[in-house]
Amino acid sequence: MIWDALTLQLGYNATLVTIGACFLGVAAGVTGTFLYLRKRALVSDAISHATLPGVGLAFMAMVALGGDGRNLPGLLFGSAVSAGLGLLCVNWLTRRTRLAEDAAIGAVLSVFFGFGIVLLTVIQNMSAGRAAGLEGFLLGSTAGMLWNDAMVIAGGGVLTLVLVMILRRPMSHVAFDPEFAASSGVNVARIDLAIMGLAMAVTVVGLKIVGLILIVAMLIIPPVTARFWTNRTDLMVLISGTCGGIAAWVGAALSASAPSLPTGPIIVLVSFAMFAVSLFLAPNRGVLAAILRHRRFQRRVHLRQGLLALAQGQPIYEAFTLRLLKRAGLALSDGVATEAGKARAAKALRDEKRWELVRADPLFESAAALYDGLREIETVLTGDQIDEIDNRIGGPKGVMS
Amino acid sequence: MSGVEFVPLSLTPLLIGVFSAVACALPGNFLLLRRQALIGDAISHVVLPGIVVAFLVTGVVTAWPTMIGAALASLVAVVMIEAVRRLGRIEPGAAMGLTFTAMFAGGVLLLEQSDTSGVHLDVEHALYGNLEALIWLDAVGWESLLDPVALAGLPDELLRIALTLVAVGVFLWVCWRPLKLSTFDEAFAQTLGMRTSWIGLALVVVAAIAAVAAFDAVGSIIVIAMFICPPAAARLMTNRLEIQITWSVVFAVLSAVLGYILAGYGPLWLGLDNAVSAAGMIATVSGLILAACALWAPCRMRSGAPAQ
Amino acid sequence: MTVELISDQGIAPDARHPEESPLAIRGMTVSYGQKPVVFSVDMTVQEGSMTAIIGPNGAGKSTLLKAALGIVTPLAGQAKVFGKPLRSQRHRIAYVPQRASVDWDFPTRVIDVVLMGLYRELGLLRRVRKTHLDKATSCLERVGMADFADRQIGQLSGGQQQRVFLARALAQGADLYLLDEPFAGVDAATEKAIIAVLKGLRADGKTVVAVHHDLATVHEYFDRVFLINTRKVAEGSVAEAFTPDALDRAYGGRLATAQMDRAAS
Repeated sequence: MIWDALTLQLGYNATLVTIGACFLGVAAGVTGTFLYLRKRALVSDAISHATLPGVGLAFMAMVALGGDGRNLPGLLFGSAVSAGLGLLCVNWLTRRTRLAEDAAIGAVLSVFFGFGIVLLTVIQNMSAGRAAGLEGFLLGSTAGMLWNDAMVIAGGGVLTLVLVMILRRPMSHVAFDPEFAASSGVNVARIDLAIMGLAMAVTVVGLKIVGLILIVAMLIIPPVTARFWTNRTDLMVLISGTCGGIAAWVGAALSASAPSLPTGPIIVLVSFAMFAVSLFLAPNRGVLAAILRHRRFQRRVHLRQGLLALAQGQPIYEAFTLRLLKRAGLALSDGVATEAGKARAAKALRDEKRWELVRADPLFESAAALYDGLREIETVLTGDQIDEIDNRIGGPKGVMS
Repeated sequence: MSGVEFVPLSLTPLLIGVFSAVACALPGNFLLLRRQALIGDAISHVVLPGIVVAFLVTGVVTAWPTMIGAALASLVAVVMIEAVRRLGRIEPGAAMGLTFTAMFAGGVLLLEQSDTSGVHLDVEHALYGNLEALIWLDAVGWESLLDPVALAGLPDELLRIALTLVAVGVFLWVCWRPLKLSTFDEAFAQTLGMRTSWIGLALVVVAAIAAVAAFDAVGSIIVIAMFICPPAAARLMTNRLEIQITWSVVFAVLSAVLGYILAGYGPLWLGLDNAVSAAGMIATVSGLILAACALWAPCRMRSGAPAQ
Repeated sequence: MTVELISDQGIAPDARHPEESPLAIRGMTVSYGQKPVVFSVDMTVQEGSMTAIIGPNGAGKSTLLKAALGIVTPLAGQAKVFGKPLRSQRHRIAYVPQRASVDWDFPTRVIDVVLMGLYRELGLLRRVRKTHLDKATSCLERVGMADFADRQIGQLSGGQQQRVFLARALAQGADLYLLDEPFAGVDAATEKAIIAVLKGLRADGKTVVAVHHDLATVHEYFDRVFLINTRKVAEGSVAEAFTPDALDRAYGGRLATAQMDRAAS
């Protein structure tokens, strides 16, 4: 069953929704990366909650005009308008008042959402008995979806993805270095607007599948996941889009394969699982790697400080330092250096002096930039250069460990 | 309107609405100044998984398991946001959005997977609450306020939210100076020996308690709105924290009272026969107050340079 | 190769370890991520002195101060205040953070900020009495800001903000004053006012340590210097430690010679 779903063999509607969700996931991952890099990830929260009154008003307007209130394109149009209005409110509050962006986001999302709820209760009263089913927009629901709706979602997913691909390059420039982008003729304000517009498009298209509360996750989690694997903007966009696409594909397929597996939450949880794995296991920024690196680093610092103290005949203040020296066979329990310890200490002190000269001499500027207090001088200078520095220091030559 | 109708049907919902609004607005002032306004948003979302898990563990949807579950969930969320932020070096907004959406998704999935058909537990209830239903059936008029038998029939929610409000008030009163100092100048507070991270955590925990108690009665939508809108509007009215707090209480009370009345009687005035969601209307009114302050309040513009 | 051979190569072991020094830092290392900003630094502040901590940008000046105060956690090392652990001596320290480290849009008045310096006396719940207000006002007078007591802090200029911070430190009534870049971005009048207050403190036997970045005023303002560039470069009286050679080592040759001559002359 699950295999059938993953390979798109569960009927037209399920297939269309899965494909649409996948395109949407890629578009969300890519757009979300730019939001994240511009440090505005939570603006998407305001956008998504602000869609609700639009859905309600569009429904009422369509009913008042004698049409079918549940017409999906109509509802999505309404949600886009009110999301845009919410976005304008956030911008206006941040720019024209002293409120910070987080307060503006929170205010807009709660008030728009509250007003949306008021409209939903009005609609419930209007169409008593014939439930409008607008609650489906809160958490998304793909059950009982019409073929037309599935087409709208698939089409919307494709369209959003195409737009993202077209605007990819200027958005990368702005996200990476807005000032440089501005100086090279990119209109930063307009690109920011485009990023917001795309986030809005993703939200609106995703409303029916994942619902307005969880669509935020599709814009936030994939970029955060991608951040663990790379430091480059272009790669991050690629990884984030892939993660978003996979999560949406797997989520939509899983949910089509069995009852009681709502699409939105499954997509979010698949996405979150990928994040959790990255958080702990990513090679550079992962938690495990960071812990190991920090402990190694701390030991190096303590060892180095201990050696310098030995070389200068100073007492060793910290028990941890002494323990490390002892374990390395460089000192005895009472803090007296062993022969090996004396040699290493001498070398450490010598390196200190060499580094000091290297850092003071503009000739060695590129080497000095690598200075971090621990690096062995042999790793940045050639033997000849070290000899030259030793000449300047005077005293014995050829001190090597 | 006579006491015979007002006291049993409207007095308790109104009081519960007012107490909830004030209990959330008070800590909201500090969250706003600490740029943590959206903590309220995160907490109100993770309440759902908390009550679902509490239901799955205890098998009942009664007040205490629900509230404890919700409180634990908010604590888990706060710890998780901090952990993601620090361990993953992720900016706070993204860490927050990631945490609460994932937990909310887990809650919805658990809810769908478990058999909750026999109990009143659904997502919409969690969002809107049921303020209108918290009526005082034993009351027959104003005189019931002096009648011990009738008083015993007051909704439990009223007592709980009243106690919560007192607790929040006492916390702010006792910790006023450390809160203010560590919010304004954390480094300086640390040189005085203050554990600023504990103060920050205590504030968030108090906010979570207020959110959970209010959520129990009025649903999460008011909770988010009251954490942010009254304090934000109050900030635009004055440049002194003491006065800001006062304004935020005034705005919270105003939102709750006006919102409740508009939701209950507004539709009747417009010729509709059914009331609309009180929770949604209270949030809407608080938004209108904020909008008015953003347009006309005396201190709406920034005077100092923002922190770097 | 023996150790004795090495120790006369210019790095003199720190000779004095007075037990009662207002601030004694030993083996302090602080790193942000994998890069040490302060490495194995020893510092001994002399009582009743005015010491400038000097070094290029990113040399760890502020970090050293923050580590000594426990605001950042060091990787290794310890700080003692008046010969005792920091925790028991906090009441004898006053701290002036960098002006840019706080949000000046915070809704509070000048007098309220100065009253924060009296937190030890006021505690959680004690009422603010006239004596407290008088004390705070007199501190504002000492920095020439008494007329601004009721202003919102966001309405002050940079120099005025810095003076309010100094007034708050004065209100703490400490024996050791630690200031992080007190002269950064302030007007000439403020700089004069601040240095007058600091010299007054020294005259009263207090100890002052300030992170400083203007080499031209070191001679005029301070009597001791501490040069740092991740490592300690030099420490001592201005005459013995503030030398062209030491500056050259601290600034890694990136300082124009003319500037250095002027500074060290």
